[in-house]
Amino acid sequence: MTTLISRELVLLDIDADDRVAVTARLAERLEAAGRVTDLDGFLADVRAREAQLSTGLPGGIGIPHARSTHVTVPTLGFARLPQGVDWGAEDGPATLVFLIAAPEGGDQDHLTILASLARRLIHVSFRESLLNAPDEESVVEIITREVAA
Amino acid sequence: MKLVAVTSCPTGIAHTYMAAEALEQAGQAAGHDLQVETQGAAGADRLAPEAIAAADAVIFGVDVEVRDRQRFQGKPIIQVSVKKAIADAPGVIEQAVQAARGAPAPRPAAAGSPIGAPSGPALTSKVTAEARTATRVRQWLMTGVSYMIPFVAAGGILIALSFMVAQAVAGRQGAIDVTKIDISTISTTFDAGDGMHWAALLFWIGKTAFGFLVPALAGFIAFAIADRPGIAPGFVGGSLSVTIGAGFLGGMAAGLVGGLVALWLARRKVPKSVRGVLPVVVIPLVATLFTGAVMLLLLGRPLKWVSDELTRGLDGLSGANLVILGVLLGLMMAFDMGGPVNKVAYTFATTGLAAAGTAADATQLRVMAAVMAAGMTPPLGMALAARVRPSLFSEPERENGNAAWLLGASFITEGAIAFAAVDALRVIPSLMVGSAVTGGLVMNFGSTLRAPHGGIWVTPLISGVVPYLVALAVGTVITTLVVVTLKQVGRRSVDVDPAQEPLAAA
Repeated sequence: MTTLISRELVLLDIDADDRVAVTARLAERLEAAGRVTDLDGFLADVRAREAQLSTGLPGGIGIPHARSTHVTVPTLGFARLPQGVDWGAEDGPATLVFLIAAPEGGDQDHLTILASLARRLIHVSFRESLLNAPDEESVVEIITREVAA
Repeated sequence: MKLVAVTSCPTGIAHTYMAAEALEQAGQAAGHDLQVETQGAAGADRLAPEAIAAADAVIFGVDVEVRDRQRFQGKPIIQVSVKKAIADAPGVIEQAVQAARGAPAPRPAAAGSPIGAPSGPALTSKVTAEARTATRVRQWLMTGVSYMIPFVAAGGILIALSFMVAQAVAGRQGAIDVTKIDISTISTTFDAGDGMHWAALLFWIGKTAFGFLVPALAGFIAFAIADRPGIAPGFVGGSLSVTIGAGFLGGMAAGLVGGLVALWLARRKVPKSVRGVLPVVVIPLVATLFTGAVMLLLLGRPLKWVSDELTRGLDGLSGANLVILGVLLGLMMAFDMGGPVNKVAYTFATTGLAAAGTAADATQLRVMAAVMAAGMTPPLGMALAARVRPSLFSEPERENGNAAWLLGASFITEGAIAFAAVDALRVIPSLMVGSAVTGGLVMNFGSTLRAPHGGIWVTPLISGVVPYLVALAVGTVITTLVVVTLKQVGRRSVDVDPAQEPLAAA
């Protein structure tokens, strides 16, 4: 089974104007890794979800996500933005962005992994370790370890 | 506290699980037992029916419709957006806890699965969440009545047994003499060889149990409203209602006041540090003080005024048309069953008894006969109604109906309170009509009675016993007919407790 995230899918300490830009940059990485087949189609699905209700959450996180036919395997793209980007949360901009891509009709094992990831997101310790992670490799290591736990 | 939750969101891959985790963490931190069903893309791990049945409250953290929502019917439900559940899980949990307090004690599942709270058998109330106000008030009253019935049955039947034994032992005066044996005689010089002592033993235990009737009614009405913190103000208010002679109607008022005040206090926002002692000390203290003050200061004087006026009115009627007097006394006997109006009529008869002298057909003796007969028809009429039209009554009412035969026969008018308390507007007029007819008929027939109580156990002391019994039977049947008719007319709004329905069909 392919891993949820790899170092190419991690963008550390980037700067971006808005959430559209952050999402697009992460999605490009997903496409480059062969996990998304149609970049525009996937972004449209993410935008559709974001339009229903912004996915920014307290604690400085944004979780743009979609179940999309353009996704081949459940994937997480991660970006860290020290300046923060407004993601619609009441308590301020998001500094950690998780782009969650799920294939439409994905099998249960994959979806369970995403569920487990989502559960980790609310833990302050998980968020802090990601804020303090020194490089891409350790981000992948933290997420893989935590989600497997 | 036991809580269950459902989380769901449109995509079903992120928020659903974040909310579940947030609620679980917050629930654990606050010391609650919380189980979450995530209705997400990864499939729902369904809550066990037992977990739902045992839950004190339900949390929906959802942005889409909850699947199989009917599983949670009858539970207090808090519904928030899935984001709210993530952002403020502790606050949502607190809301659920408040909701559980507002609609207390988990109702057993419809199937009746025997699930108790872990701390032992919990008191259950008949209150369901989301009920309309009128239904809710009825559920409060029903809860009070269902806890009152054991006291009525135990006390009433013991008193009736005592009369039976006394009559068997001491003959026609037995049922009168037994009430004159002091309780200290029984507790200090009980003679196992003396039948009258046995009868007095039954009488005093029964009388004591009966003394809890109104306090239990009030206490458990308040419990249904405010959960445990309501019990003390309700019981104390109910007891004061007895003291000031306000009867069961005063007790119902005390239960409602005590419960609502306790509930209001429980919903105050207070610092966490004092929240622990709130339900145990502060709420009962303040609510009891308030309820007690209301009973004594607000109700006491008007009640005395009503009693005095009614007594004066009755005294003025003496010598007027006796049949009309009998009808009036009948109306009064049935109006509040042990309450102030009933007391005035009864006292009017018993004081007359003392003044009657030895004349066999003195008016005062006819009054006594009319009053006793009119006081017997309410429980008898309701017992008959519950027997011929059981579907019009709830299960506790039907059980009470069985005891009501003996209570009515023993002139324990209170046997009808359980019926009147839950449906006063239909039941009380029915009782009054039957009692009025009986009172008027007894007066008309001219039966007389020399005993202040005893029911059919003092029939040897009644002269003109056959017409007396005829009048009794006519009034009983009339009460039954009227109450059955009224209950059918207002059937739609009677709103029979759904949990009781399967029993009614069985």
